Amino acid sequence: MSAGNQQLVDFHKTMVKIRLFEQKIQDLYARGLVPGLAHLYVGEEAVAAGVCANLRKEDYITSTHRGHGHVLAKGAEMKYMMAELFGKKTGYCKGKGGSMHIADVQIGILGANGIAGGGIPLAVGAGLSAKMRKTDQVTACFFGDGSSNNGTFHEGLNFASVHRLPVVFVCENNLYGISVSQKQHQAIQDVSIRSVAYNIPGVTVDGNDVLAVYEAAGKAVQRARVGEGPTLLECKTYRWRGHHEGDPNQGKRYRTMEEIQEWMKKCPIARLEEKLVKREILTKTKIKRIWEGMEKEIEEAVAFANESPFPESRDIYEDVLVS
Amino acid sequence: MREITYAQAINEALAYNLEKDPTVFLMGEDIGKYGGIFQVTAGLLDKFGPERIIDTPISEAAFTGAAVGAAMTGMRPIVEIMFIDFTTACMDMIVNQMAKIHYMFGGRGRVPMVLRTNIGAGRGAAAQHSQSFHAFFMHIPGLIVVAPSSPYDAKGLMNTAIRDDNPVVFVEHKKLYAVKGEVPEEPYTLPLGKAEIKREGKDITLVATHEMVNRSLRVAEEMAREGVEVEVVDPRTLRPLDQETILESVKKTGRLIVADEGPVTCGVTAEISARVAEQAIEYLEAPILRVGSPDTPVPFSPPLEKIYIPDEDDVRESIRKMQAYL
Repeated sequence: MSAGNQQLVDFHKTMVKIRLFEQKIQDLYARGLVPGLAHLYVGEEAVAAGVCANLRKEDYITSTHRGHGHVLAKGAEMKYMMAELFGKKTGYCKGKGGSMHIADVQIGILGANGIAGGGIPLAVGAGLSAKMRKTDQVTACFFGDGSSNNGTFHEGLNFASVHRLPVVFVCENNLYGISVSQKQHQAIQDVSIRSVAYNIPGVTVDGNDVLAVYEAAGKAVQRARVGEGPTLLECKTYRWRGHHEGDPNQGKRYRTMEEIQEWMKKCPIARLEEKLVKREILTKTKIKRIWEGMEKEIEEAVAFANESPFPESRDIYEDVLVS
Repeated sequence: MREITYAQAINEALAYNLEKDPTVFLMGEDIGKYGGIFQVTAGLLDKFGPERIIDTPISEAAFTGAAVGAAMTGMRPIVEIMFIDFTTACMDMIVNQMAKIHYMFGGRGRVPMVLRTNIGAGRGAAAQHSQSFHAFFMHIPGLIVVAPSSPYDAKGLMNTAIRDDNPVVFVEHKKLYAVKGEVPEEPYTLPLGKAEIKREGKDITLVATHEMVNRSLRVAEEMAREGVEVEVVDPRTLRPLDQETILESVKKTGRLIVADEGPVTCGVTAEISARVAEQAIEYLEAPILRVGSPDTPVPFSPPLEKIYIPDEDDVRESIRKMQAYL
């Protein structure tokens, strides 16, 4: 399915939101205002935007340690995310989870996940559950090229294919598992060729082209929704920042400046904006206003987080078990 | 009352809940036509069909994790891990996913599932099919750990575990599967987190789990003939632990022996001993003694395995030692 003009504008908004949200975290983290770990999604925005645009509110996603983009694209609210990143009680997880565990089951976000490949079996279970409850809910399962070497990848894809579960496995191939390049961690270039082992479709797309992601994910989601089973969708992309904000030199120990700059030239947002202007869907002025408007929304989210209280000492014992 | 085995008692609880609640389903290796390695799921495939009694690939992480995902989205899965030894193949799913989700998500997710598995040596199955490391799971906040010692307890505790909204690790015992006991035909529940005094006595408190309960009860009967009255307390749930019942008993008897089939180092016996030492040492008239397996892997050769398993002789020996303080 190809995207209409409004869809392109929506992609743009989602991607700008993710970009600015992440850049705000980058700034807050550098100033010591955000505790813990922050794995930023800058540069990879087209994957989350293109995949999640195919999902309904009641559909599910499982996410990763680099999850802000996925949950924003699935409809999470920035102020509750920001509050969570600050460790505040008003955050999505009441300050108990932080960056790597943002979840909102009500809108199908089954959680970012701190364990590489940890979300894959959970996504398989959500797919199994949808099938057993006879709904047509689809689960999109995000993971990286690094996780495609984990046992859960093989176990999960095998299980999902045997039971023809409505799951779209989205491999965000950003060419590195932390500091180890894809060349060093697997003897293949395209992760999607592993689909052959599960007798399911495997597709590789340019993960910095939101339209390509949207169209490929659309086919996979549709296939899942009508009961034809899972797809392995690989989106080639790149993270501009280091593995996390504490990564020495932001990833320049194991990547060259040239490589990083080469990928920055392929910025998924700039590429979309070019199309929007060329097709006269948005003017440059309008685009500028979108960025400014989003900056304002993010400032509001930061203010909300700042003004929110930290959890109280006694909250440490809450929610260990369902009472 | 009619008598059925421990395996049949669990089977009845599974069947009852499958019948009553369409969100309950089973996953595991060889639980369908085979009926489960210890026949606990025998007959359920015929009754409930392959959609709800799912024979899985040998993929512990996939099906345990799938149970977590299904539990988060409206189902009540029950998984069988063939031997507790195999939980190491899916420890991430148990420790980092199943146990953590509710807390880590600030109460926004629930994982109502049961993970059934079993402990116990004595079948000549050696070091990878005989372990009793259920104490691992006592170490993990967010889990409930159940340890039934009789067919009656197994059925009642399983009925409760399935209805509970928390993830439950239901630790069965291989040597108990064939043991028969009185079990009502009608459904009933037993509370989680509640110990039971299996035998009253005024001289020594013997906290025992699983098959150690039955071994302890037999020795306690013998000792009664010698005038030593042993009180046998079965925690039934290891996490949360009903320490009140244990402490009350120790305060009455002034002496404590703890018996569990796992290794004593950092084991169930270590935890219970520490709690009593912390909270009731002024009531103790003797050192706390522990009965458990030695700090070795489970050996294969029958004479060695016999030495390995804590049995009636070990319980009797610890009571004899304690007699010096009577």
